[in-house]
Amino acid sequence: MSDTETTATKSAGALARGSIGTPLNNTLAIARREFVSYFSSPLGYIVIGMFLLLVGFLFFIPFAFLTLGKATLQPMFNSISWLLPLICPAIAMRTFAEESRTGTLEMLITQPVRDWEVILGKFFGALGLLAVCIIATFSYPVVISRMGELDWGPVAGGYLGLLLGGAAYISFGVMVSSFTKDQITAFFVSFIVGAVFFLMNKALIFFGGAASVIEYLCPDYHFASIARGVIDARNLIYFCSVIFICLLATARSLESRRWS
Amino acid sequence: MATSDVMIETRELSKVYGAQRAVDRLSFEIRRGEVVGFLGPNGAGKSTTMKILTCFLSPSEGTAKVGGFDVFDDPLSVRSVLGYLPQRASLYPEMGVVEYLEFAADLRAIPKDKRRAKIKEVVEICGLKEVLAKTINELSYGYRQRVGLAQALIHDPPILILDEPTADLDPNESAEVISYIKEIGKTRTIMLSTHDLVEVKEACARVLIVNRGKIVADGAPDDLAAKSGSVKYVLSIDGGKDDSVRKSGPVIAAVKRVVADSVVREMPGDDHATLLEVSVKGSGDHRREFFRMAVENKWDLLELRREAVQLEEVFRQLTVGDGAPRRNAGSKASDTNPAVKESSSDV
Repeated sequence: MSDTETTATKSAGALARGSIGTPLNNTLAIARREFVSYFSSPLGYIVIGMFLLLVGFLFFIPFAFLTLGKATLQPMFNSISWLLPLICPAIAMRTFAEESRTGTLEMLITQPVRDWEVILGKFFGALGLLAVCIIATFSYPVVISRMGELDWGPVAGGYLGLLLGGAAYISFGVMVSSFTKDQITAFFVSFIVGAVFFLMNKALIFFGGAASVIEYLCPDYHFASIARGVIDARNLIYFCSVIFICLLATARSLESRRWS
Repeated sequence: MATSDVMIETRELSKVYGAQRAVDRLSFEIRRGEVVGFLGPNGAGKSTTMKILTCFLSPSEGTAKVGGFDVFDDPLSVRSVLGYLPQRASLYPEMGVVEYLEFAADLRAIPKDKRRAKIKEVVEICGLKEVLAKTINELSYGYRQRVGLAQALIHDPPILILDEPTADLDPNESAEVISYIKEIGKTRTIMLSTHDLVEVKEACARVLIVNRGKIVADGAPDDLAAKSGSVKYVLSIDGGKDDSVRKSGPVIAAVKRVVADSVVREMPGDDHATLLEVSVKGSGDHRREFFRMAVENKWDLLELRREAVQLEEVFRQLTVGDGAPRRNAGSKASDTNPAVKESSSDV
């Protein structure tokens, strides 16, 4: 496929249509700019630093992996799953809120790009920062594998679960960010909602007959399932559905600005 | 393929915010190669109209086409043929100037092998050479506007929509941006919104004045001024050895004989010359008659001109009393010319 589309217009008497980038090209350009912008401000470094500090603290201080008597990364994945509702809103809070506040969104949206290219670009840019955080923990399985026989299946599952769980939290954060011009509001709303869903999974006993439904709605339940090394289609469908619904709501939010 | 000459077209365009009609059944056309000033007081609907034309907002009613493409049905094609500089262009502050222009070129799908040449071209047109190594947050407001203009030009669009490109600039920066706009307007269709009527006269061959979301005037700046019914002339006459001319009476009487239906006001001048401001009803041009009057009376005509700020009066006549604040409207002209200030207050 060529890099550009220069299709002639169908409208009689119209100018020749200008160059319009392919969806992939536009999405990547926006994602690249979004990703790089995290490192042009302290935010990217703070997020990575805090993430590694907390993961290191939660991983090594309790020596949880030693108490289990076998080489496993299960305690580390459990620790990180606690961090996702905090880290992901911090990554996603500025995606749309900051651009709305400063007016750069108008410049971006009036370029020849589709709304969903903007949304996906921002989503993948934010996910890129989370991926950097996750990749930075790759040294842990290497260390553990030298201390004993490490089953790499659950390790791969755990990382996949982290990425999917993180993507779900980020998509929610992107959606909330599109509703407001204040990134602090965006952070707190997505953090609180994420934390509530996370904690509900730890308190299922209070939900009686609705416990199974509540459990299914909680990302932590699906993450724990994948982190055991079992890739179940239901878990994948859950994460993909959450991401799709949140990004669709973001698209509706952008669309509604035009009609406001 | 044959292309129409109409580059921007609106038909009964409206935008409603709650109970307020920001744009009210607006219809106009802008043809190929025109540089059109889009004037109006704050809240008149200028920016809203421009946001609709750039597909940032959707109209509540009516249609709009840019380059022949409908803003509702084919927004991507609309955006592909136009360059847009929003009011107070917001750019990513952390990006470098070149990095930002590369990003703009990327979104405009300019092939990589042509990108460098395109960036070089717009850098030259917009005078950005001195700041290429800087990030945007290090630039003055004027330079940021130029970067905004450069991104609007990067794909060489046939149509440009510029929303108050000189707002908040100092007079030098403002004059530079206007000179760039005049330069790029030689080969493009430009719709330019501004509060500064002096700039409009300088850069635009046609003016659209909007008030309360409606077009209230459309035409060349001089024609609009003439149609206002209050064309003004400034005459400076030196009588030489004719001492009577040092007293303005004979000159005023002569002017009254030339144009009976005129209001003549003497303005402060030097000792040897009589300086008059002559207000004439109607749209005729009386400069030749004033010249002949001076020749017949053997007076030296030191100065004869139509007032350059007549557009300001038209603007005020058409938009005054709407309750909207008239920030900056014609401020440059009236601030620097007390005579103009006085004559404007008559309206």
